[in-house]
Amino acid sequence: MIAFIKDAYIVFVKDLKIEWRTRNTSGHVLPFAFFVLVFFGFTFNSSQTVLEQATPGLIWMVVLFVTIVAAENSLRLETENEAVRLLLTGGVLPAAIFVGKVGSVVLQLLFVELVLVPGAVVFYASDVESLPLVVAASAGATIGLATVGCLLSTVVVGVKARRTVLPILFMPLVSPVLVAATRAFGDAFGVFAVNGWSWTGLLALFAVVNLIVGAMMYSQLLEDI
Amino acid sequence: MQAVRFLDGVVLAGGFPALAGVDLAVEYGEVVLLQGANGAGKSTLLGACAGFNKLASGTAEVLGYNLATQRAEVRRRVGLLDHTIALYRNLTAMENLQMWARMARIEAVDIEYSFDRLNITENLQKMPIAQLSKGQQQRVALAAIIARRPEIWLLDEPFSGLDANSRELLFDVISEAAQAGATILIASHDTAISSGCDARIVRMIAGVVVDGKPAVGQSTILR
Repeated sequence: MIAFIKDAYIVFVKDLKIEWRTRNTSGHVLPFAFFVLVFFGFTFNSSQTVLEQATPGLIWMVVLFVTIVAAENSLRLETENEAVRLLLTGGVLPAAIFVGKVGSVVLQLLFVELVLVPGAVVFYASDVESLPLVVAASAGATIGLATVGCLLSTVVVGVKARRTVLPILFMPLVSPVLVAATRAFGDAFGVFAVNGWSWTGLLALFAVVNLIVGAMMYSQLLEDI
Repeated sequence: MQAVRFLDGVVLAGGFPALAGVDLAVEYGEVVLLQGANGAGKSTLLGACAGFNKLASGTAEVLGYNLATQRAEVRRRVGLLDHTIALYRNLTAMENLQMWARMARIEAVDIEYSFDRLNITENLQKMPIAQLSKGQQQRVALAAIIARRPEIWLLDEPFSGLDANSRELLFDVISEAAQAGATILIASHDTAISSGCDARIVRMIAGVVVDGKPAVGQSTILR
């Protein structure tokens, strides 16, 4: 178990180190996130109510798109030069590779969320009524999105499908995460009269199940890339 | 005792049989030169021996491990050098090998020895792989193999793109490995290489082995 954690950590650090050097994901998605916030604000600036009510969904739609980019980039690191062979000849378990990659994508997504949530507060004058709920829902939803993203990007490469297939497969599968995260954020922002913690529980369940199923399936998927 | 054994091995590449029923036996410590034209299946055979290409039918064993069910075990024990390099472009040579050594539980001193042996200077060690020339990248990939001292060396066109010095260095390294008892399979469509080798020559055409008579005496690589 300790070896598994060590290997996952090595993959996690390696992916982040490469991202830090290349800015492959952050260089694309941070400007995208910023412009979505600004243009959405311009479009609906006459209606504060619409802005407030749409904010939770808007945040998670942006995170969803960012997940696709981050997951694709994460897998591309392994397919360039077939570098994944370095991990496999090093004896790393595919499940550890999966966990390490999910960890790195999660951290990148959390970074984007760290820009989006304060951005929504500043640009749309939204109120965060429950910060713990925002944090918990973000953690659960982000892990849920990252696991599905990492799995599907590997499937798409494995079956030699076009890159455009990934969003088509990804969106229906993560729709429960999107709905639950939007509901939880709606409660945290005080715009929906729902129990945000119940939705967060669902997100946590989704995250745990995805992580376990993903780790179990990744070995087979990795064989095909 | 056989290090590699294929019996009617079939490997598909995009639905096409890149190996179409290979029969091959390689003894421990033997040096084998795979020859054949482009598309003959040499690279696919080496990839299969390394545990990276899936066997569609037939039976195959490498180091006693079944290639159908124990490919992960095989991968840890063989060293494959091919055109893919298998290094992270945006990590330096040193970072790539250090990371790999941590995973493979290999001593840092072995990495240093490998770099020294292949004349990979400190400056080169600190450069990202993407900034190295093809020959330098190949030397770094070879350094990983040397550090591990695998029981089987699988070398796919190892001399292509190398200058005279690097070629000579590679010959030395392969000779040392052969003398240390490693089993070595070299794939090349360059027939000139065979004139410098005292190894068993195995010829492949269209995904099958057509000629693979055993070598006389002990196989060694000679310059």
